[in-house]
Parts: sequence; C-alpha cells; structure tokens
Amino acid sequence: MMTIVFSLFLLTMLVIVAVAILRTDNLFTAVMLSGIFSLIMAANFFVLDAADVALTEAVIGAGISTVLFLGALALTAEHDHSPPVGSWVPLVTSSALGGVIIFATLQAPRLGDPNAIVHKHVAPWYLENTPLLIDVPNVVTAVLASFRGYDTLGEVFVVFTACIGVMSLLGRVRPRGELIEEGEFDKRTDNLRHHLIPRVVGKMLVPFIVLFGLYVQFHGDFGPGGGFQAGALVAAGIILYSLVEGGARGRELVPEWFSGMLVALGAFTYAAVGVACMVMGGRFLDYSVLSHDPVHGQHLGILLIEAGVGMTVAGVMITIFHAFSRRGIR
Amino acid sequence: MALLGLYNYFVFAVLLMIGLYCVLARTNIVKSLIGLSIFQSAVFLLYISMDKVDGGTAPIIQEGVENQVFANPLPQVLILTAIVVGISTTALALAVAVRIKEAYGTIEEDKIQEMDREP
Amino acid sequence: MTLYDQLPALVVAVLLFTAPIAYMLRLHGFPWAAATAAVVTSFAVACSLAATVIGGETIIYEMGGWPAPYGIVLHIDALSALMAMLITGASSAALIFGYKSLADEVGEETAPAFFAAWLLCTAGLVGMVITGDAFNIFVFMEISSLSTYVLVSAGPDRRALISTYRYIVMGTVGATFYLIGVGFLYMVTGTLNTADLAARVGQVEDIRLVLVAAGFVSVGLAVKAAVFPLHAWMPNAYTFAPNAVTVFIAAASTKVSLYVLMRVDYAIFQNSIANHDIQLTLFLVPLGVLALFVGSLLAIYERNLKTLLAYSSVAQIGYIALGMAMTSVAGLTGAIVHMFNHGLIKGGMFMAVACLALRYRTVNVANLAGAGKAMPWTMAAFVIGGLGLIGVPLTPGFISKWYLVLAALDKGWLGVFLIVVILVSSLLAVIYVWKVIEVAYFREPRANAVPVTQEAPLAMLIPTWIVVLTGVWFAVDSSVPVGLASSAARTLLGVAP
Repeated sequence: MMTIVFSLFLLTMLVIVAVAILRTDNLFTAVMLSGIFSLIMAANFFVLDAADVALTEAVIGAGISTVLFLGALALTAEHDHSPPVGSWVPLVTSSALGGVIIFATLQAPRLGDPNAIVHKHVAPWYLENTPLLIDVPNVVTAVLASFRGYDTLGEVFVVFTACIGVMSLLGRVRPRGELIEEGEFDKRTDNLRHHLIPRVVGKMLVPFIVLFGLYVQFHGDFGPGGGFQAGALVAAGIILYSLVEGGARGRELVPEWFSGMLVALGAFTYAAVGVACMVMGGRFLDYSVLSHDPVHGQHLGILLIEAGVGMTVAGVMITIFHAFSRRGIR
Repeated sequence: MALLGLYNYFVFAVLLMIGLYCVLARTNIVKSLIGLSIFQSAVFLLYISMDKVDGGTAPIIQEGVENQVFANPLPQVLILTAIVVGISTTALALAVAVRIKEAYGTIEEDKIQEMDREP
Repeated sequence: MTLYDQLPALVVAVLLFTAPIAYMLRLHGFPWAAATAAVVTSFAVACSLAATVIGGETIIYEMGGWPAPYGIVLHIDALSALMAMLITGASSAALIFGYKSLADEVGEETAPAFFAAWLLCTAGLVGMVITGDAFNIFVFMEISSLSTYVLVSAGPDRRALISTYRYIVMGTVGATFYLIGVGFLYMVTGTLNTADLAARVGQVEDIRLVLVAAGFVSVGLAVKAAVFPLHAWMPNAYTFAPNAVTVFIAAASTKVSLYVLMRVDYAIFQNSIANHDIQLTLFLVPLGVLALFVGSLLAIYERNLKTLLAYSSVAQIGYIALGMAMTSVAGLTGAIVHMFNHGLIKGGMFMAVACLALRYRTVNVANLAGAGKAMPWTMAAFVIGGLGLIGVPLTPGFISKWYLVLAALDKGWLGVFLIVVILVSSLLAVIYVWKVIEVAYFREPRANAVPVTQEAPLAMLIPTWIVVLTGVWFAVDSSVPVGLASSAARTLLGVAP
C-alpha cells in the first residue's frame, strides 16, 4: 500500500517538475530542475525494482548531465528569450502523440502481472541459467556483459563517439582576445576556494566518492553496479575536485592526455577481448574460450570488459567536462 | 495496482508530450536540449514499468534463498544502454551549442535563422 | 572456427577495433591511412559474404556464442550482404577519393577524431544491416548517427554547426520513436530477436499495441531515411558537411534506414496486421508522390549545387518509397535496385561536385560558368550522373524506373497515375540537370572570376570515373543487382523464389 502511494507521489512530482522546466525562463533554474527530475526518476526506478538502472540514472542523469548543462550554460546564455509560440503545430503534434500513446497503453498488461508475456519468454531463461552458465549473482550484469555483450560493445563505442565529437568541436583552446558576451567568466571565478565549507567538505568527500566508484566497479557482479555506474562515479569525484579547486588544478590532477588515453584504451580493450575470443576459437565475444573452463572464462571476460567500460566512461566524462571548463578561459 | 499501472503509462505519455513540446516550441537551443532529455527519459519509464513483477525484487540472486521472485532483467539492460546513449547525445549537442554561440553570438534559433538568411 | 565462419563478425569488428587506434596514434597521415585500410578490408569481407549468400542461403552468427533469442545474432542474407557491400564500398570510395579534399577542409589537428568518427559511422551502418535483433539496430543506429553528427559538424562553414544541431534534434526524436515502437513490440511478444518477433507478433490478441508500435517504428525510421515530410534535416546537413562526407552519407546513410524500414515492415508486420499492404500503400504513396514533386521543384529553384543534389535525393527517396508502397515483387525489386543505383549515381555526382569545389572554391551554380571547358572530365561524370537521375536508358536510373513502371502496370488506375507521376518527375529532373549543364557548357565565365585552368587531380578523377562507370556497367548488364534485388524482394514478401 505504501509503495503504491509513494509511487503515485513520485510520478506526479515528475510531471510537476517537467511542467516547471517548460515554463521557466531562467536556464539555470531549468537545469537544476532537470537534475531534480533525474533524481526523482531514479527513485521511481528503485520503487520498480530496477536497482542497477536507478543507480545509473542517479549518477549520470542527476550528476553528470547537470554538470555538463551548467558548463554549457556558462559558455552560452542565462535566459531563454524564446518568443511566444506562434503556430499551433507544436501543441497539436505533442497532443496527438500523447493521445496515441494513452490510447495504446490502455491495452497494456497490468503493471506487475507475473503472467505478462514479457515475464514468460526470454527472462525466465536468463534467471534460471545465469547461475549455471555464468555464475554471477547480479543477473543484470550477466545479461549486460555476456548474453547481450554485443549491445554493450556498441554502447561503449557510442560513448567513445561522443568523446571524439566533443574533442573535435571544443578541442582547441580558444585564441586569446575573443570577446565573451554577457560577462560570465571574468566576473565569476571558476573555483570555490574562497568558500570555506564547500571547499573543505568537497575535498573530504572526493576520495570517498572515488573509492565508492571503484567498489561499484568490482562489486558489480554481486550487487547493483558495473562499469557504467563506476566510471561515472569516479568521474563525478574528479569533477567535484575540479569544481572546488578550479579547472587548472583539476587538469593537473587528471591531465587531458591521461583521460583521453583512458577513453581509447577502454574501447580498445573491449574490442580486443572480442577479437581474442575469435582468435582462441570461439565466436566474437564468446568468453567461454578464454579460460580452462567456460564459467571461469565468463568471469574473466566480464571482468575485462567491465574494466574497459569503466575506463572509457570515466575518461569520457572527465574529458568532456574539461573541454567545457577550459573553453571559457581568457 | 491496475490504477498504478495505468498511471505509469499516463505519466509516460504526459512527459513525452511535455518533452516534445519543449523541443518544438522553444527557440533557445539549451532549453530545447533539456526538453529532448526529458523526452528520452520518458521512454525509460515505459521500459522499466514493464519489468515489475508482483512481490518481486531486484534480480540479484542471493545464495541460499529459494523460490525468489525476481523482476525482469531484460528491460533494465536495455535502459542502461539507453541512458548512456542519451547522455552521449546530450553532451555532443551541448558542445555544438557552445560552438554555435561562439560563431553566431546567440543561441536563439530565430535570430540565427535571420542571420543565415542574409547572403 | 575457421576464418571463413568468423566473417560476419569481422565485417564490423575490424572497423570497431581500428577506431580507437586511429584516434590514439597521432602521426601525420596515419588516421586517414588506418581508416582506409580498415574500410577496404571490411569491403573485401562484405564482398566475400555476398558471394556466399548469393545463392539464397542465410548465415546466422551467434554473438557471444548464445543462441537466439537469448543472445544477439547476426542475420545475413542476400539483401543484407548487398547493403553491407554498398556501405563499405561507398565508404572506401569516399575515403580514397577524399584524401586531398579532406586534407583541405579538415585540419591536421582534428584528423584523428574525424577519421575515427568515419570508421564508427561505417561500423554503425554495417552493424544496422547485418544484425537480427531489434534493439541492436537502435544501438548501432545511434553509433552511426552520433558519428555522422561529428562528421557533418567538421564542415568549414559556420552553417555546418546549426545544420548539425537541427540534425541532432530530429535524429534523436526519430531514434526515440523507434525505441518506443520496439518497447511496445517487446511488451506484446517478450522478445527482441527479429525472426522471433515475426513469429510471435501474429499471435498477439490485441492488435492495437502492434499497430501503434508499427506506427512509431515507421515514423522513427522515416525521419532517419529523410522521407518527405520528415526530410528537413537533410539538405542543410548534406550541403555544409565536408564534400567527401557528403559523398559517403548521400550514398549510404538514408538507404540503411530505408532498408531497416523494409525489413521491419515486411518481416514483422506483414503477416500480423490484416490489410497491411493496403495500409502501407495508403501511407507511402502520397508521401512518395509529394517527395517527388516537392523535391524536384525545390531542386529547380536552388542555387547551391550541393543543396540542389540534396533535394534531388529527397525526390529519389520518393521513388524508393513508391516502390515499397507497391507491395509486389516488381515494386520491391525496383525499390531495392534503386537504393543501390542511387547510391552509385549520387556518390559519383557528389564526387564530381567535390572536384569542382576543389578548383572553383565555390558550389554556387552561377559561379561555375565555363566548367564544361575548364574541367571536361569532371563535368562529363556529372552529366552521366544527371542522365541517371532522369532515367535515360543505359544509365542505372533507367533500370529502377523500368521496374517501378512494371510494378505500376499491375495496379489499375492507381498504377496509371503513378506512371504519369514518374514521367512528370523525370521531366522535372531534366530541368534541374539542364540548369547545371547550361551554366557549365554554354555560358562564359564572368570577367572578374578567378580563372580555372586545371582539371581535378587524378587521385580524385579516377575514383569518380570508377563509380560512374560501375553504374553504367550495372545498367548495361543488370543481372547481378537485379538478381540479388529480386531474390531479396521475394524473401521479404514470402513468395517462393
């Protein structure tokens, strides 16, 4: 009963926050609200028994995404100067979309119904066979890293592409002498060093965040976690340090060549594991051939590719953050 | 429970509408991107709503506990991928927005269109 | 496991494996070399795969060793092998051709990122056509989309940036629609494997969710395929991208989304939705006709040569949509053959444009006066391509239109109307091709124009002519593409070969 009330409350809050984002003209408010939106979404995922996803949405949606938006805001504008909506097209299109979806989902299976088709076909096989074939307690990690490992390979390369995209767009430091409008960076400082409390508390938290990130990386087989969450957490720790101490010291701590190398190395590791499996006689990404018996091979394969994923995600998030933070410096 | 299920899908539909409306009706680039990320997040809600099983728990097999009912792991895997794809797109789009601001001096699409119309 | 058995995975793995290497090793000229080597290898693999399946077999390759539907499988038959050849071939041709052109437009500093993105774009497109899993299509669609955004944004003009932004927004909305559609399909069948979906969708009791899923998937893929009226992102993206990038994406990227649309529609929805063919006709015929007229008319009034060709592509995609709408073997054969032929035609034409741009430093049609004399070989290649757009016999465009007309003859009054439409649009194509020919051959260069005396470098001319001549060869001896397309059409429609 309490779950239902809580769920209804969270869902309603989602809608309210989304409407608030739509209506506000101040972009800073909108970005902060979108961070809150992601956090409420993460709580909702947790209520729906999706622990891994809740962790990922919290770190990436509420954490990294908010920081990236703020970084972009500092370089672009503070207010939304949109003119009042001239045509009826957006309203009609959105309403039609919503109407179609509501119409369709009236026939959807009841929430939580154990006899729904989705729970009867592929999912029971995963739940039964993971202990036998892969022997990893977290079934989500088993499916992500092994059964559907090809998808995860694709995902790592999507993140890699985003990194090379941001680097190719924002790679060069801006030539000196160019005017920055609306006076952001010369009026603000890019660190919090003269604010004592954030500085002290922030610096104390950074090692714990990084440690927790490493824990999540290696414990992802046994509990919620894995490469994506871990990489994002470690990156969040480093970003917090950069926010508190200033971008220059952040770049001293984790130089850009290092994070760039991590990015490429992680993606390369994943692809290399796949090729190694082929060389050793199995299919692409068939970890069973990596070791003396299939289950150990699976463990080894999952360990290696999760490491690759963690390296790439951490490297990408840090690189993108540094690209944004150093762009505005005169 | 049926009410909760319908409400889940209803909220999904509403968030989709709000996200798409924000993308279409607002000319500020950063605002549109926030709307785009709301639009993508709504889809996550759709998939994760499918994974719940009555009386189930997160699909982590505990040793020694028999007859556990688990939630469906597959939508969770799909959405983990989709979240990461979403942030990648957002990061790239924000980098493009920063470059647009540097090249055009503004991130309002109507002003950019005016500037581009002049030969 | 012999090397032969691993070919399906290799076609993508080679590209993915090389991308981080191309990005990491920042030696002069290395990124281009690594990218070209990887793409050409991938093309060779795709050709040998095509040779295997040309007889009508299907290769199923289980990724990670897990059987379908629990794991992801690659599904390669005649059509997917043909598409893989088209993509890797276009990519190799554009890379080899573009060495000088890209060195001109993309700086040394961004070269590693640019070529890594090129490799990933090719990998994403190939991954989309060889996979047999609906969600995997989404992942590789996003790989190819994100890398295309990176490639397009590398254009030298600042309008490349705003074009990229608009492309990002429309592309992401399209991909998300596709994701919603797959979500609904999963909700009613519990599986993601395309063959399994095809088998199970027919057993679903309530058709409403399947219909809505079909709608979302189709609209999402239509955005990516630049089907009218969702084509708005395309003309600017093609115009302001670096020229070699336009060669590649014009030849390959929209075709892949059209291919996926064909697969999903015919494999999954055909047998489960009653009157599916009538619905498809109702939906696609008006859009195809509008695409033909609007695309051709906008091309006629356009002053920028690249934008003109982009609008012409909108029209040509209309032909493919019409072919799909006529759910018959002849219609689908025409559509598939045209995907292939249009790739050759537009690839060649954009290559000619890149040659012109290298020497004239502009792509404004009015400034290209006298190009017929100054750069005869380049303009001749362009003219042959233009004849292909019109559909003159002995050009590849003729073969596709022939099959479309054959298909239309079976359709009664609608067919007659479509034949008229095809003829009128061919006439419109004559107008916009003639516009360019007239300026190039029959007008003298202006007095204050920079004189152009040199033909394009051989390194660019030779690939251009290879592509153009391949097109002509396939027009004269069309047995191979038509044979493959025809057997693919029969497979899609479930008719015995």
